[in-house]
Amino acid sequence: MKFMLMMQFPLGDWKTKGMEAWPAQDVQAHLAFLRRFNKELVEAGEFVRTEGLSGPEQLKVVRAKKDGTPAITDGPFAESKEVLAGYWLVDVETPQRAYEIAARASTAPGPGGAPLYMAIEVRPVMMSSTTGEV
Amino acid sequence: MRELAPQVLGAVLRRFRNFSSAEDAVQEALLAAAIQWPDAGVPDNPRGWLIHVACRRMGDHLRTEIARRRREADYTIQTPHDDQGSPPVDIAENPDQDDTLLLLFMCCHPALTSASAIALTLRAVGGLTTSEIANAFLVPEATMAQRISRAKVSIKNSGVPLEMPSPRERVERLSSVLHVLYLIFNEGYASSIGPDLQRNDLAHEAIRVTRAVRNLLPDDCEVAGLLALMLLTDARRAARTGPEGELIPLAKQDRRLWDRSAIVEGVALISNALSHGSVGPYQLQAAIAAVHDEAQSNEDTDWPQILALYSLLKRMADNPMVTLNHAIAAAMVYGARTGLELLASLDADERLAGHYRLAAVRAHLYEMTGDHAAAISQYRAAAGQTTSIPERNYLIDQAARLATHRQ
Repeated sequence: MKFMLMMQFPLGDWKTKGMEAWPAQDVQAHLAFLRRFNKELVEAGEFVRTEGLSGPEQLKVVRAKKDGTPAITDGPFAESKEVLAGYWLVDVETPQRAYEIAARASTAPGPGGAPLYMAIEVRPVMMSSTTGEV
Repeated sequence: MRELAPQVLGAVLRRFRNFSSAEDAVQEALLAAAIQWPDAGVPDNPRGWLIHVACRRMGDHLRTEIARRRREADYTIQTPHDDQGSPPVDIAENPDQDDTLLLLFMCCHPALTSASAIALTLRAVGGLTTSEIANAFLVPEATMAQRISRAKVSIKNSGVPLEMPSPRERVERLSSVLHVLYLIFNEGYASSIGPDLQRNDLAHEAIRVTRAVRNLLPDDCEVAGLLALMLLTDARRAARTGPEGELIPLAKQDRRLWDRSAIVEGVALISNALSHGSVGPYQLQAAIAAVHDEAQSNEDTDWPQILALYSLLKRMADNPMVTLNHAIAAAMVYGARTGLELLASLDADERLAGHYRLAAVRAHLYEMTGDHAAAISQYRAAAGQTTSIPERNYLIDQAARLATHRQ
């Protein structure tokens, strides 16, 4: 079963508590954690894909104008509470295993080396195959 | 060569205990054959030749390894089963011995997770490359390589002896093998929807290996049942997909597109198996598939017989999917109300909580009773619960069809 795990960073905290503001060694610790985490997923035979996304400063929101050309505004939405920091795609035997992996991702360290306990959204990925006859 | 490779691997494993080295040795023997046979000609006993060369390579590897360890003063050396490097005596004694079954028993050991067993079986028995298996399961190659590696380590760590299971364990061990082959078939068949032809090979690979098992165990009725089930299911492949790539359920399929020769073979297999008097879950599922496949049209389907078969199957194993299918069959024989009543018992079953199929079957039965409002609601609920795109689209279409009807 494939799941997407999405690391949601509180938007309000990004400027004050985002990685650009951390001491260098805390940034290193965070990145080292992620490298180890990804390596463990590969070794467990569960890793499919991961990407880190750039921050809200580079985020644009695009809508089509009536003539079909893009209307671009600087994001994120005013109402957004969180911004997607990055995601993992994993292939696991059960949803419980996906939740375990997400819980581990949630312990990624932040300022002072303390676990961030970030909220990780977990969603099944839709497949183009069938699961059983309808 | 593809049929010989697992036989050779099995033979090497029977004598030496190291899976990875055995695979390397077999690859080297196959390479040597590819180089030498075009000029020297194919030997009279190609399997014996390959086993001889592979075992010699194993011996070479082990001697090198032992020498290295002695240099490193490691005294916990595992010596190989045989004399180092001498050709196995028993090839001459049992030239027809086929170790594919031994290999399968190992690859499908109950201690392995399904994913591991599937990966290892496709690699070692199917001879698929790691890359091919990775593509089939839509994961990166490194991930699949790890799954296969871990599977081999699990086998080693489990201390399972590399020999055929005892008569006492054999039934359970064979059942694990059949289960893995069934999972591989399902994976392939499930992805035969739409234009993605690549993964079709998994279903045919499962059929090929199951045929090989049947040749080795011609008297085993569950093996025959599984092969029949695969053939009878695969026979319907071409009719599953509509012109837009949409899913067409069995009841609505164009039966002219079904593979008649596969049906004939499957029906013969299951009829023969059942005539021996024993009954098992794969045989029952094959029998049900045979009843469907022999019906000229959906209306001609012998539902009372299907119901009887599901009733038997229900008694054999407590499987909620069987209960669901039994309810559908009961509805076809006694009316939708009966089917709905049978479904009520599944509401408390945790294994089905939030499972799309319970809602989907319910929707279908409500539609049969004419309660379209309830049917629409259940079709939509089911659509939200499935992770399959073609199934979701099908369920949304059914809801839309009924909703339009009502206007």
